[in-house]
This record gives sequence, C-alpha cells and structure tokens, in this order.
Amino acid sequence: MTTRTPDTADAAAVRDPLVIAGREFTSRLITGTGGAPSMRVLEEALVASGTELTTVALRRVSPGAHGSVWDVLRRNGIRALPNTAGCFTAADAVRTARLAREALETDWIKLEVVADERTLLPDPVELLDAAERLVDEGFTVLPYTSDDPVLAARLERIGCAAVMPLGAPIGSGLGIRNPHNIELIVEQAGVPVIIDAGIGTASEAALAMELGCDAVMLATAVTRAQDPVLMAAAMRDAVAAGRAARRAGRIPVRRYAHASSPAAD
Amino acid sequence: MDVIINGERRDVAPRSTVADVVRSLTDAPGGVAAAVNDEVVPRAAWAATPIAENDRVDVLTAVQGG
Repeated sequence: MTTRTPDTADAAAVRDPLVIAGREFTSRLITGTGGAPSMRVLEEALVASGTELTTVALRRVSPGAHGSVWDVLRRNGIRALPNTAGCFTAADAVRTARLAREALETDWIKLEVVADERTLLPDPVELLDAAERLVDEGFTVLPYTSDDPVLAARLERIGCAAVMPLGAPIGSGLGIRNPHNIELIVEQAGVPVIIDAGIGTASEAALAMELGCDAVMLATAVTRAQDPVLMAAAMRDAVAAGRAARRAGRIPVRRYAHASSPAAD
Repeated sequence: MDVIINGERRDVAPRSTVADVVRSLTDAPGGVAAAVNDEVVPRAAWAATPIAENDRVDVLTAVQGG
C-alpha cells in the first residue's frame, strides 16, 4: 500500500503564490484591522487568518495612546498596507497617501475615496483622479472600486497594481451582490482582482475565489464576529478552498441527473 | 508662540522644530509622519525644520482601520 500526502488546499497554496507588483504572498487573504474588540483579540485573529498583508488607517496621534497596531504587525511579520479611509476627495487621498508613505515606509497604498458616509461607496471620478496622481508619484496603488468592469479596466490602464472591487458596501456583510460583474472584471483583468468589502461569512469568501478573484480583503466579518479568532481561521480555510476549487475546475451545471454509479447490468 | 498642532491651538517655545512637536505627542520609534501646512516633512528633516507662528502641524500614526 502506498501512502500519499493529502494534497490539501493549504499545501496547494505553496505552489500558487499571489503576486502583486512583483511581490509574492502565500496567503490570499488580506485583512483589515478596524472594529476589533481589543488589540489582543486582533493579534490572535490576524495570526489565525494566516494573512501576510493587512491594512491600517492613518490618524492624528492622540497623546498617551498605548499599544499600536503597527507594533502588532511588525511583531508578527505582517506587511502593513496603509489605506486612505475617510477621504472624500482626490486631494485628501493624495495627501493621506504621502503621509502614509512617510509613516510606514512603504509606497503601497490601498486607495479609498468614498462618496458619502451613508454608503461609503467609491466616488469613481475622484478615485480615478487620485489613482492617476499617485501612480505618477511612484506609488503602488490598490484602489477600492465599485463592481464596474469599465472603471476597473480604466484603473488598470492608468497603472494600478491591482483592482479591489466591492462585493457589497463596507461592513454590510451582504456578500457578493453582483457575481456576474465580478466575473467580467476577472475575465478582462491583467492585474490581481481582490474582492474588497461586503464579505460576511466564509462561504462568501470561498465564492469570491471560485469566481476567479485572486484574493479576498475583509475586516468586519472577522473583527465583529462573535468569535473573531475562530472566524479568522474559517476565512483562511474558505479562501484556500475557494482558490483550490477554482483551479480544479468545477463540473458543469446540468438540468437533470447524471448517474455517478455505473448502470446496473 | 502659538501654533496649531493636530487641530488644536497650542503655545510652544520659540525656535521649536518639527522634531520637538512630535516628541511632545509620542515616543513611538516608528510609524509616525508629520506635515507642516499640509506639506509632508520627511523624518530625516524633522530636527532641522523650524516651525513658525500660526503654522499647522499634523502628526499622524497608523491606527486600526480598513
């Protein structure tokens, strides 16, 4: 009898890196840090998620603040991806990106330019403007965008390193509202497509990967889960499983049964 | 002299630099950026960058988000 190492989704990931702007990642799960009940729970959740790239926001220093998210990331060897959360104009976003580059010593920026507080939907006009300026300034730009294939193509054409279409509004947990558009974006993209926002639970993260996304970005689904650490592990497994299923190639959908046992003699 | 630090008017010693202002807010060794009147001041230039009356100084750091 021969023994064979099970070709698990985790093992398969080793030979299937995510590549963004020439940099390789083993994990295809990018996490955010907002909303965690404590820094300790956040750290445990980040470790359980297996993430290698995690977003942070930039805010004015409040004197006497203890324990920083920056320390947590460095301690665990997780690369920090600063974002421009809270910016409503291209000018705001460009200014924040420059500060982030200085603070975190990285020219990677997750570009968010949102239209209003109620929906937090991307403002496509300001977004494209900011993306163009930041690419010109040498940033590696990962823009949070709507699920519009036309806008995604425009962002790629001006030199963004990835596109990050939303599944649904930030923090909504509504899942992927327009899987057809996500497939269109995936089909045409020459840069990684990272689903960003809307993921509520593990099956939705797996679906994103099955649709052909290169990675999943999420925060709230983990940080506000009843057990963030357990959900982080669930998301790690879901992303790996969804990726493996995509690579394996699913069976076609049929209207009627197709017997899986041989017909009786 | 009066300057605006992170949105609040404060009195600082004459001839203060960006480095002085940063030090008054945080002792974090990294993860901090400073801007004077919306222009980013690179860390290496903090000690040599004086601030003037009514300058707006912003000192930012990475926080949980996204």
